[in-house]
Parts: sequence; structure tokens; C-alpha cells
Amino acid sequence: MNIERQEIEKLATLARIAIDESTITEVAERLGSVLELVDQLQAADTSSLDGVSSGMQATQRLREDEVTEINQREALQATAPDTEEGLFLVPKVIE
Amino acid sequence: MSNSGWETVIGLEVHVQLATKTKIFSGASTTYGAEPNTQACAIDLAMPGTLPVLNKQAVHYAVMFGLAIDAEIGKESAFERKNYFYPDLPKGYQTTQLEKPIVGRGNVEIQMADGRTKNVRIHHAHLEEDAGKSLHEGDFRHGVSGIDLNRAGTPLIEIVSEPDMSNAEEAIAFAKKLHSIVTSIGICDGEMSQGSMRFDVNVSVRRTGTTELGTRTETKNLNSYKFMEEAIAKEVERQIDLIEDGGTVLQETRLYNGDTKVARSMRSKEEANDYRYFPCPDLLPVIVSDETIEELRRNLPELPDARQARFIEQYGLSAYDAAMIGSDAAMAAYFETATKESGNAKLAANWTMGELAARLNSEDLSINKSPVNAEQLGGLVARIADNSISGKMAKEVFEGMWAGEGSADEIIEARGLKQVSDSGALEQMVADVLAANQAMVDDYINTDEAKRKKKLGGFMGKIMQASKGQANPQQVNQILVQKLNELV
Amino acid sequence: MHNLTIAELIKGLQSKEFTSVELTQHFLARIAALNSGYNAVITITADQALKAAAAADQRLAAGNAPALCGVPMLHKDIFCTNGVRTSCGSKMLDNFIPPYNATVVDNFEQAGAVVLGKTNMDEFAMGSSNETSFYGPVKNPWATDCVPGGSSGGSAAAVAARLAPGATATDTGGSIRQPAALCGITGLKPTYGRVSRWGMIAFASSLDQGGPMARTAEDCAIMLSCMASYDDKDSTCVDREVPDYSATLGKPIKGLRIGVPTEYFSEGLNPGTEQAVRAALAEFEAQGAELVEISLPNTGLSVPAYYVIAPAEASANLSRFDGVRYGYRCEDPKDLTDLYSRTRAEGFGEEVQRRILIGTYCLSAGYYDAYYGKAQQVRELIKQDFVTAFEKVDVIMGPTCPSPAFKFGSKGDDPVAMYLEDIYTIATNLAGLPGMSVPCGMVDDKPVGLQIIGNYFDEARMLNVAHQYQQATEWHSLAPEGITAPDGITATERAS
Repeated sequence: MNIERQEIEKLATLARIAIDESTITEVAERLGSVLELVDQLQAADTSSLDGVSSGMQATQRLREDEVTEINQREALQATAPDTEEGLFLVPKVIE
Repeated sequence: MSNSGWETVIGLEVHVQLATKTKIFSGASTTYGAEPNTQACAIDLAMPGTLPVLNKQAVHYAVMFGLAIDAEIGKESAFERKNYFYPDLPKGYQTTQLEKPIVGRGNVEIQMADGRTKNVRIHHAHLEEDAGKSLHEGDFRHGVSGIDLNRAGTPLIEIVSEPDMSNAEEAIAFAKKLHSIVTSIGICDGEMSQGSMRFDVNVSVRRTGTTELGTRTETKNLNSYKFMEEAIAKEVERQIDLIEDGGTVLQETRLYNGDTKVARSMRSKEEANDYRYFPCPDLLPVIVSDETIEELRRNLPELPDARQARFIEQYGLSAYDAAMIGSDAAMAAYFETATKESGNAKLAANWTMGELAARLNSEDLSINKSPVNAEQLGGLVARIADNSISGKMAKEVFEGMWAGEGSADEIIEARGLKQVSDSGALEQMVADVLAANQAMVDDYINTDEAKRKKKLGGFMGKIMQASKGQANPQQVNQILVQKLNELV
Repeated sequence: MHNLTIAELIKGLQSKEFTSVELTQHFLARIAALNSGYNAVITITADQALKAAAAADQRLAAGNAPALCGVPMLHKDIFCTNGVRTSCGSKMLDNFIPPYNATVVDNFEQAGAVVLGKTNMDEFAMGSSNETSFYGPVKNPWATDCVPGGSSGGSAAAVAARLAPGATATDTGGSIRQPAALCGITGLKPTYGRVSRWGMIAFASSLDQGGPMARTAEDCAIMLSCMASYDDKDSTCVDREVPDYSATLGKPIKGLRIGVPTEYFSEGLNPGTEQAVRAALAEFEAQGAELVEISLPNTGLSVPAYYVIAPAEASANLSRFDGVRYGYRCEDPKDLTDLYSRTRAEGFGEEVQRRILIGTYCLSAGYYDAYYGKAQQVRELIKQDFVTAFEKVDVIMGPTCPSPAFKFGSKGDDPVAMYLEDIYTIATNLAGLPGMSVPCGMVDDKPVGLQIIGNYFDEARMLNVAHQYQQATEWHSLAPEGITAPDGITATERAS
């Protein structure tokens, strides 16, 4: 299955993964091969499932609204790439 | 500019922070104003391997909102992941609801200043988590942003209205009504300045008489009614100008800066806007049983409309006063305490809406943070009601209470403000003043009977001065007229 | 000592034949001496292990020792270990030290187990050959030019090479069973929800499940009894009593109905593998079990469905690795987009990137229904196949994988060739069913695995069935060349 260069670029932007210009053809080729595999799904007859709910029957359990977490900032930030005054620092955010 | 020939169509998306003690998916505290990242636990930081567990109170609060607006309750709701990258969104997705929200269609009735009412349909309301905050300046080096994730994971309900409002007044009435509802049922603290309620305003315009909706824009994250009003006015004008100049409105997200009054497009967040929603595999379907719904319904606190009706009935307030006080849960509770304390609803209402509200407003305080509590105001009202102090003195006592000098009685005592109502003492006082001002008395006697009333003010001033303001004015007036008439 | 099973080690410790410190020193010495040949262990926690061993010895002496007291073991590096680097096989987390334990890690700690270190794995558990690890591939102890399978290849190779008597592992599409098969050991993927996922770094949340790897079914039973628990920190963890899996191992299997799916013996199955599996089935028949031919008609669709669902979930699960709060961050990001894009391009390996892109594609506007929506429907069909089958049979058996361990790089550049390696294992993950792999023969001097699939929460029966097989056969006690088995017979000798 062919996947356009443009499409790869869009995916890379959505997924925030820089793709090197020189490898884009290769990436496209291999993705295309996987998509060809998953495209087999299109042939599946799922008409028997109409009205059948999928997934598990279990239901979400609920937690009591009680504070169970204490401040662990120091431990949690111990391996953080860049912090100052307890804040995680990133290049300037432009909204 | 004139908007004639144009109609405005407005819909709102309102984010309401739920007043839970902990986050929607973690046991970290939601207390406002903590040191950065001290209330962000491993789950809130999206540390590897951590998983969400849903807060029961958040679910119950959402259901309570649904009950308050007479909405369908989603007995089975589900969470989905909304994927986008942003530094204040630690997981890289927001856990929210899309296909199966917890609150379905409902209705909110709004009332305009002229008494007109209108129904605004609610499309749905869903549970989701709040994001953290990006700080652009602070005690950190230049050119970077600091990320504080204390707010990340705070439970929200997002209330989505139908585009049923046609001007800013209606939009604001709707926003205020929601504020009134969520604070009345106690699911939100309503602190707008802390971001407890935030409004996204969808605006479009169309030529009068047409029915097709125009392209809408969304102005995000407005956190005051004033900014909402300004943002709507600006956006309506911009769209009309644009179309009249032959342009077209682009569907976009916009920002309005209330401080600089500048609105602009938020293109950076818009590019490649594909959120790739899918069901969150870490959370199972949320089932709310009929028993739970009924229990929450039974225990649902009084709603603003019911409360206003009760205030008219029980306290004899005017419809206007009842609406003013009854729409705000905190103010209503304050008023009721002050009334209980003073035994005088009308005066308590006047003071709550008047002196107190004005003072809170000028100092930008919410009624919960008022330096004068309801018991204190009730104590003051009681002294006004029993004529212990005059209205003028009451203001002085109020100032004293505001400054933290104690109860009304303590301040009256300490400042010696108690009104003199002893008729013997007052008669003596009036007699002394008349004796000392024979010229004025003569003038009074020589004046036409019809015009004599105007001359009373001069005597009153002198008497009040002599009593250092402590004389009961009504009584003084009565004695004065009586004594002067004896002289005529 | 390294040839003893966990069950034997527990007896030895309790009868004071040896101490936990001696045992721990012995295994640490083996790791120090042999690991470089396999690259199975990527973090060694010698000091902590010896301390834990000394503490275990005290408890053993005091006579109040819990189940696994003093028994050395390894954790797959996907389980968060408080204070110990947890890399998930990725450069992204090469410097990550969690300040918390996975529930599984806590459970073993409470049971008194001694953790020797962390095992190598495919990056973020994405792979079937252990070739995607940032720390280099793991070598199969049976043939060091071959893969150990993946993603729990480090755990499997370590157990096969007797670097530890047991190890934890995880299975999203076959990541316990396939490496267990390729390394000639026993591995069990429990029912989805049986083992807590808290602190287990997520690949595909609706498929991931932790489980034990050891040399025998008996040892897996001991480990699972400790590993499985109800955990309110994981909403998908099922609140259901954990049985004592060891207690029911001795039940005779006479009358057991074994489903044999036609689709598991089709084109692409190595003839030697088929022969070994059929021989195993014959052994069960000999013990009084009944073979029932069944059909799992949607088996062929399991790989395509999996390669939509798993990457879709992964694409979101791995968004948190953004260089902001922990883990790798690229040098000198020029802006926010650059920070994200370069951190993720440099921090993730090729296969992980590929799966994120596939997942992103399948969820994106215009493709969601055709891919993700359809895959979920197919998942339901696959589940129904099993539900129907389990109306007629007690367990299902077949090969774990199509062929024995393959050579490094032999699957070429096409990712799909590798994906098809999991054709027999993936369906159980999609259905949430338990599955295990038990050694059942040798082909070209390399082990073959028999897969046993059970009904929901029927792990006790599966372990019982596997144990009965292992009572009658020797395949599980074979040791790779250079590693002598308890009876002194090497693998090559036994195969001939």
C-alpha cells in the first residue's frame, strides 16, 4: 500500500517525531507494508456483531474523595531534565 | 458601527471545576494556591506505569448538575483520550468524554433585566480533567516557560450549550445562571478569579431573516462576565465588518486578553488539529445506578429558582431583591444567617445587597472571604432595627467591623455610639437648643405654615450636633415639631 | 544450586541446606560470569540483593518466612522499581529512576523474594526478537546466533541460562509465551486483569498483562500465586480471589477435553514444530485427555486487528515521553516543537517510532472507523470464537510460534515478517484469555513450545495440565549447551 510523503509528514507532526528527510521514503515503504497487513481487516464480515456491545462487561470502580498523596516534588523531579523553583522548564510556550 | 441587519448566534462551553478534595484520577489535593508542583503526584505527572482511578465525588457532582438542569443522566458513560501535545498536558492526551457523556440534554432558564425569560438548551455536559499551567514569567531564567502541574487532573465538567443565545446580555445571563446553579448545589466554589469557572464563547453572525448558521469562532478561556461581554462585542463587530467587506469568517480558536482588550487568532494551537479520540483503555464504563441517582436527587440542595420563590414567600422580599440575593448561594446563605440573627429580613437584605456587596466589590472579595461575617452583620441589623443606632452610625459600626474591631455591640459600646432614645433626655436637649437659638425660633414662627417644614432641618442639625449624633432622629423630629407648634 | 527449581530452592532454604545469601551470591556470580554472553540482564542490583537476602535469612531462621522468602529472581525492566533505573529497554528512559514500585514488584518484595536485577527487553515491549532494545539484543542461550524471542527475551534467556530460577515478564501479543518457547522454558500470560498493571510501563493498555517465567509449571504456579493480586490502583484489575495455584497441580487430567484448532496447524508452521506439538498432544491423550478438533475461524484476522489496536493505544501511551518531566531530552531545543520532535526522534528507536506512526494513522480523522473501529469489531469476533470453543473444550492447545528461534536479522527489513511470528499468540491477548507456553520438544537443537490456552481465570487448570505433562516428560529440564541439566544430560544429547 502506498503512503504519500505528505501523509508521513502529517503523521510525524501529529506524533511529534522528527523524521529525517533522507529516511522518509524508507519509513513510508515500511509503514505501507504494515498498512497493507492491517488492510486485511476491511474484508472481515462483522455484520453478525450489529447491536453487540464490544469490550469488557466490567465497570469502573470509584475511589473515595480522600487525599492519599503527599507532596513528593523532590523525588518526582529528581530525574527531570530541567527544573527551577519547582517548575518544569520548557522552551517558551507561545499560545 | 451598527449591527442592524445582522443577528448574532452564541453558544457557550463552560468549564466548571468541581469542588472535590482530590483530583479526578489521583488522590492529590486540589487546594488552590499551593507551591508549584507540590500537589502533582506521580499520576498527575504521567509518570511511567501510573494509572487513573476515578473519583466518586466527581461523578456524583456531575450527576447532581444533570439533575439540577433536569437532564438525562448517562447511566453508562465512558472516558476517551483526546490526543495533543502541550507542556501543561502531561500524558499527551486529555482524559475526557465524547461519545457517552455523563449528562445528556437539559435546559436552563435565564432571566433578563427586563424580566423576559428564555430557555437555553444544554447539549450535554461531560467529565474531564483540567490541564496544568504554563507560566511565562517568574523566578526562572528568561526565554523559557515554567510548568506547574498542580491544577493538572482537577475534575471539570464541561457544559456545552446549544447556540440559543442571541446577544451578550443573554450569554452573560446564562453564564450567571450556571454559576448560580453550580454554587447552589455545592459542586463548584464559583471563584471566577481562581479559574473555577471558565467560558469558551462560540459566536457567529447571519443576516437578519436568514436561518442558516454562519461560520463560528470560538474565543477560549474567558474568566469574567466583563471579559465575556467585551469579547462578544468585539467578535461580533469583527465578523460583521469582515463579511460586509467581502471577506469570510474562518472557523478558528481565538483568544481575548481582558487586560489589553486585544483579541487574536490562536493559530499555533490550531495547526494539525486532529485529536484522534479513542476510548481510554485504562478506564472502564462508568455506571451510575438508579439508586445512586435517586439518592442524589433526594439530597440535592435547593436550586436558585426555588430559593428565590421561597425568599419572596418566607421573607417578603421583592422579586428583584429575591433574585439578587437568591441567585448566589453564598449570598443567600449569608442573608439567611443575618436575617436569623437580626430578625429583620428586609433590613438584612438591604445591607447584604447594599453596603456589604459594594464593599466586597470594591475590594474584589467574594462573600465567603468577607471580613464581616453574617452573624456580625445580623448583629448590626438588629441594632438598627431596634433603633439603638441611626443609619449613619450603622455605617460607622460597619467600618469598625470591617476593620476587625469586633461585633456591632462591642463597637457601639467602645465608641459610645448608642443612640439616645430616652424621651426625657431628648426633650431637655430640644428645649436647650430652642432656648439658645431664639432668632431661629422667631424665624420659624414668622414663616408661612406651609413653608415651616423646610426650617426644621436647621434645628435638627443643631440638636444632632449637640448629641454628638447619638440622638434618635425620628424621636427628635417628633419632639421638635411638637415643641415648636406649642410656641406658634 | 542454579539447576534447582524454585520449589526445590524453597525447600532447601527452609530446611537450611543453604542460605539465601549463599544462593544470592551464587546467582550474582553466575550473572557476572555469564551475562556478557547473553546480554539478558541490564541492571544488576547486587548490594540490594545481598541485603534482602540477609534479611530473608533472618526471617527464615525466625520461622515466619513468607512464600518466596530468600528466593532470587529478576524483574523485566518494564516494571518500575523504586530507586532502581527502569528503562523499558529505551534510550528514552535510560536515566529514569522511579520513586515508586510496580504492584508486582511490591508483591514479590512482600513475599520475601530477592531481586538480582532487571532484564533486557525489546524497547517498550515492541518486538518479537529482542533486537529493538536500546541495550543491544539478547542472545538465545540455546544458540547464541539466534534470537531469544521477545519482548521478554531477557527474562527468558536469563531463566534458560540459569542466571535466575524465575523472572517476571509481560505479554501484549505473545511477549511471555513466544520467548518462553524459543528459550525452552515455561511462561504464563494470565487472564487480563489477573495481575496489576500499576507500575508496569504501558505499551497497549487493553492487552498488556504481566506473568511469570520459570523452568517449570510448578514454579510458575508458585510465582503467580504471589504476582496476582487485586489492586485498587489499576481500574482494570479484577477483584477476584487469588487461588493457591500450587494446591491443584496434582489433579489427574483424565477426561480433560483439549481443543485443537485447525487454524493453528496451517500453512507456515514448521514441520518439526508441528511434529513436536502433535507428540505432546499424544502424550495428553495417553494420560486420558480427549482431543477435540475445533475451529477458531478468525485467527487470520488477529494479526491485522492487533496491529491496529496495539499501535493505536501505544501512540497515546507513549505521548508522555516528551522530554519535559523525566527521561531523555534532546540537546538545545530551539523551541517547543523542536523539543518534542527531536526528543522523540532521538529517544525512541525505529520500531517504536513506526508503531506510534501506525497508531496515529489508524486513529486520525477519516481513518478511525476503517481501522480502529473495524479492529475492535474483529476483536469481538475473535473473542466469540473462543467463547464458542470453550463451550466444548476445557483447554485449547497448539504451537506457541510457527518455528523455533531464528537467526538475528533473518526477518529482513519488512516489519510484517516479524509481526507474523505472533500469529498463534496474539488472539488470546485480544480476547483477554490466559495462555502459556511449555517446552515440548527440540528442532534443530532448539526448543519448541506447546501453547495452552485456558478459559477466563482458569490459570489453575492450565498450570495443573502443564504440570502433569512435565511430570511425564523431560523437555522442561533440558539445559542449553554448557549448562548442565539436573540429570547431567545436555540438550544435544537428549535431542539425539
